[in-house]
Amino acid sequence: MAYDKFDVLTSRMVPLSTENVDTDQIIPARFLKATERKGFGDNLFRDWRYNSEGNPKPDFVLNDPTYEGKILLAGRNFGSGSSREHAVWAIYDYGFRCVVSSFFADIFKNNCLNIGVLPVTVTPEFADELFAAVEADPSAEVEVDINKQTITLLSTGRSESFDINSYKKQNMKNGFDDIDYLLNLKTEIQAFEAGR
Amino acid sequence: MEKKTLFDKIWDAHVIKSIPDGPDVFFIDKHFIHEVTSPVAFLNLEKRGNKVMFPERTVATPDHNVPTVDQDKTIKDQLSRMQVEKLRENCKRHGIDLHDLGTDHHGIVHVIGPELGITQPGMTIVCGDSHTSTHGAFGTIAFGIGTSEVEMVFATQCIMQAKPKKMRITVDGTLGRGVSSKDIILYIISQISASGGTGYFIEYAGSAIRSLSMEARMTICNMSIEMGARGGLIAPDETTFNYLEGKDLAPKGEAWDQAVAYWKTLKTDEGAQFDLEYHYNAEDIEPMITYGTNPGMGVKVKDSIPTTDGMKENVKKSYIKSLDYMGFKPGEPMKGKKIDYVFVGSCTNGRIEDLRTVAEFVKGKKKADNITAWIVPGSREVEKKAMEEGLVQILEEAGFKLRQPGCSACLAMNDDKIPSGKYAVSTSNRNFEGRQGPGSRTLLASPLTVAAVAITGEITDPRDLIEELALEK
Repeated sequence: MAYDKFDVLTSRMVPLSTENVDTDQIIPARFLKATERKGFGDNLFRDWRYNSEGNPKPDFVLNDPTYEGKILLAGRNFGSGSSREHAVWAIYDYGFRCVVSSFFADIFKNNCLNIGVLPVTVTPEFADELFAAVEADPSAEVEVDINKQTITLLSTGRSESFDINSYKKQNMKNGFDDIDYLLNLKTEIQAFEAGR
Repeated sequence: MEKKTLFDKIWDAHVIKSIPDGPDVFFIDKHFIHEVTSPVAFLNLEKRGNKVMFPERTVATPDHNVPTVDQDKTIKDQLSRMQVEKLRENCKRHGIDLHDLGTDHHGIVHVIGPELGITQPGMTIVCGDSHTSTHGAFGTIAFGIGTSEVEMVFATQCIMQAKPKKMRITVDGTLGRGVSSKDIILYIISQISASGGTGYFIEYAGSAIRSLSMEARMTICNMSIEMGARGGLIAPDETTFNYLEGKDLAPKGEAWDQAVAYWKTLKTDEGAQFDLEYHYNAEDIEPMITYGTNPGMGVKVKDSIPTTDGMKENVKKSYIKSLDYMGFKPGEPMKGKKIDYVFVGSCTNGRIEDLRTVAEFVKGKKKADNITAWIVPGSREVEKKAMEEGLVQILEEAGFKLRQPGCSACLAMNDDKIPSGKYAVSTSNRNFEGRQGPGSRTLLASPLTVAAVAITGEITDPRDLIEELALEK
């Protein structure tokens, strides 16, 4: 379903440098039993965030009040494994609008773009800079501009451009998803199907 | 004429429209659904006032969260029950075929598709499950999608996809004794890494791949996603046609001959270009096992856990975190580590050949006392065959507990959970933290290796036991 438009996002970052974070960590399978999209943000990173009694683990970054923001700064190969879109729902519902990493898993990235979380791929060097910046100053902000396709560390002015195809860019800017586009092709699809 | 790969041929034949600087509008021949990733898609479909455009192109089965005991009774877990009931309601309302619990063709979605002959060469197949790549064994483009895309397929039988890059992995030669297709794929992933296939669709080729049965090929394609690839496929051949002939939903009579004639064209043209190629020798592959928390962290059973020598600081940090979770240290040998559970099942290795392999190995032996041994057939048909062939009796005599079909302890959405801190050697596909239950520690291996571990109670190279057995004889 439609989501909030994405334009220019200026925000602090929540750093999670672990590599190969799979979607089972983002949302464990036992929390996939809903029949509607509700309450997933509460279980984001469930087993890293809470102990088995349900108490917050103080050393996990989401439980550390030092860090906040709408941008999740993630390690390499973020979102691998299961295709569960629930992982991105959990990220969005928790309050993130953008994930920055030097490398994303493919299905995860696709799911992000389908529900309005902007995946921003940066060079490994720039990722290192961002991690260093937020470590040195947790209030460090970045600006993500989808129009210019740039991500800028405001304290240094260092900036990189990122890729997004123009179709998905328009969708993100307008809060559209693919269904409306596809429904407009109904006649072509029916003709194609009839030929199969 | 332009030289095309098998992947190009199938992909290009399913593009309805290409958007400049955007994805392709990609037509889907078959859509599988299950109880976990479909309810929100149905909900949104109805909210928008849309209908399922071609209900006959979707097939449903509940598999992810279902209990593997007492399937004839009401599901105890309320949330699981609601999801399964919602699937029933939705299928009924939208005219979708459902292979429900207790019916002849109930099972894991990626096991029943091929069994029924739904999966056929040249098709495009999707499902809200990343192991949809399994169906690539038949020369199909098959991959996992998110719930938004499930809704797209319901509403329009299409999704929007950018064409992935192409990779070919060639494995030539003859596999050694005690080495199976699971070892091939675990070996490949250990070489390429858990992210090395990202952005690619893989074609598996070479004499070692050709020599495999359909079930063994499914195991390989199944785990394509574990190196980050969307999917992997194998060109159809006589093995494929023989498997499909006579299956319930395979073409019959004249339609069969026409289909086979078309399927024979489904191969990569000589000289077609791939973006990336890897070559391996079957002789270099030995029984494999994972030691960490992603499927790329695998070694030969006879080897030790890699040390951190030469690792970059941030890589080392994640590596040590992973080993800490497993309770392992760099440099330790794998052989001899005590194990608590073995799990035989899943869409990777829950088929009849897998059960045969395990039964043959454990026949006349007993599992070790420290081992709890679960065996979960991938489908009712697998279960039925296992009974008919006497495998169930052999397995039960060896101390295995046979359960009813479902995804089970592969992802532990039901009660089949490995307790926190315990070690399980599994035939499944993911060794992520907590995958088989909160705190569980998973080691992935082949059915044969799992059988050997069940007997000795510790990590064992199955060839050591095969040799002992041969000597005894």
